[in-house]
Amino acid sequence: MSQSITAYSQIRSSCIKVNGSIEYCDENFITFAEFIKPFFKHLNLGYPKFYKMDPLSKLGFIAAELVFRKINIALYDRNRVGIVLANASSSLDTDLAHQRTIDNRSQYFPSPSVFVYTLPNIMIGEICIRHQLKGENGFLISEKFDSLLLFNYVNELFQHHRVDACLTGWVDLLQERFEALLLFVEPTTKAPAEEPLKVSIPFSAEAMDTLYKIT
Amino acid sequence: MKEVYIAGDNIISSLGFTTTANMDALRSGQIGLNLVTDPTLFPSPLPLSLVDTGVLEEQFREVLTLRGKTDSPQSFTRLEKFFIISIHSALAPLPIVPEDTGTLFVLSTTKGNIELLEVRNKNQFDSRRVFLWEMAHVVRDFFGFAHPPLIVSNACISGIVALVVAFRYLRTGMYEHAVVSGGDILSEFVISGFQSFQSLSPTPCRPYDAGRDGLSLGEGAGTMVLTTDRRLLKGAPVRITGAATSNDANHISGPSRTGEELSLAMLEAMKEAALSPADIGFINAHGTATPFNDEMESKSIALAGLLDVPVNSLKGYWGHTLGAAGVIESVVAVHALEDQLLIRSAGFETPGVPHPIRVISETVEQPMNSCLKTASGFGGCNAAILFERTIP
Repeated sequence: MSQSITAYSQIRSSCIKVNGSIEYCDENFITFAEFIKPFFKHLNLGYPKFYKMDPLSKLGFIAAELVFRKINIALYDRNRVGIVLANASSSLDTDLAHQRTIDNRSQYFPSPSVFVYTLPNIMIGEICIRHQLKGENGFLISEKFDSLLLFNYVNELFQHHRVDACLTGWVDLLQERFEALLLFVEPTTKAPAEEPLKVSIPFSAEAMDTLYKIT
Repeated sequence: MKEVYIAGDNIISSLGFTTTANMDALRSGQIGLNLVTDPTLFPSPLPLSLVDTGVLEEQFREVLTLRGKTDSPQSFTRLEKFFIISIHSALAPLPIVPEDTGTLFVLSTTKGNIELLEVRNKNQFDSRRVFLWEMAHVVRDFFGFAHPPLIVSNACISGIVALVVAFRYLRTGMYEHAVVSGGDILSEFVISGFQSFQSLSPTPCRPYDAGRDGLSLGEGAGTMVLTTDRRLLKGAPVRITGAATSNDANHISGPSRTGEELSLAMLEAMKEAALSPADIGFINAHGTATPFNDEMESKSIALAGLLDVPVNSLKGYWGHTLGAAGVIESVVAVHALEDQLLIRSAGFETPGVPHPIRVISETVEQPMNSCLKTASGFGGCNAAILFERTIP
């Protein structure tokens, strides 16, 4: 049994791409918020929860949204669609925000709406809520993008028949530096279904490296 | 598919620095949660389960000596000391070596060296040390593990996810052995956050009890060494035979309303192990003692057809130890199976969840062959793993 990448999204260097095509670029932003907000509005999702998310979750949410525009998720058993993500900075961007609320005893105001985002897998939760995915979960940390780390984890999920499909990739954000690469992986079908929006790239660590390097 | 055996383990908690010390304390009903007054952790007194710093330093110096290290103890953070002592203790009696290319190293933590963000700790360590990968590399380098650490940070299920990934990689033969270590320390960061959620109990937590009013926090570390090489083991070792994770897809900080998704993970783990509810000896559940978590767990247990199975939570002994919880509670589950021991769920008196789950109210010996260990956490994540005795 082999798997293919059937949709992917990239957010980096001021551009957003889906299946390799540029969707949006903006060179004139300073903060991540300035970059992502106009694009979110452009998507016109009617999903106000987005504004409550921390920057890392917003980044992962948008990257996932673009992947799922190419996939008809209604055709899948949502209990068997997994999400496995990784990054280098964990939730450090929001950790710093929470720390600022407790640094000074005279201005001590820790907030549950900030604290809840001090875990990187909250981003997985946000994507699961949006797309009603209930399958396997895993959040991994590595110093740099590590295609083999993700490939092995996802490959084992398929080997153990734990998933029918899996969203996987790298979503990292720290102090206005950000990058995301998300891939939808599923078993390779001999006769691809009538889903013209999909691509078909054999799933391997090398393929992930190639996609990661293309900016 | 290969069989995956538990070869060795360790627990570091308020109850002691070895698995034996912790098991003896649990057997005798000792509670590690004490009212702590420490303004560097929290402005007012709180019940917490803290690892003894004096013993920690002493044990760490001993490990440095035993391993022939000349590093200064000051060059390691509190959590790194937890991990190093725990891994050393678990590996010491075993022929499994970190340098072997067949040995996988998996590390679980939620917050790592997060206390380094505090003003009072600034400049004590390189600022990179707050990254989880940097902390994990310090531990890797100490032991000389052949491979970079596989680091899991998945909220309160991190420890189980770490065991699950090791189980899967060993099962298919990618590695022969795995050292799985989970840990977290208590910090102002974590305590202030849980307090802002108003989820901390003013008294030691009471999982599944009608009067439960929130969780208690603890710190610790645990290590489980796994192997597919039965020849290395004596007697009838415990195996991992099934595992699964799931997501509620409902709320980022509140559990599922139905419990369906945790039950899905339980049923999938049982399916993989080819076990039915009647085969399960006991459930070591998450049992944080927040009203909603325990309620949800009772629904999941009912949905999975496990209402006749004895259930305990260990949180009443040492609180919620976050990234350590999945590992240290699994170590207890394995030893409880070996010792044929149902451990009382501390803090429980009056049933207080919607379904009549069988909470263990007295520590007793009972013949049994398997334990289902579960956890759930922020982000809507759930995990279940099955431990089974090898019948001699």
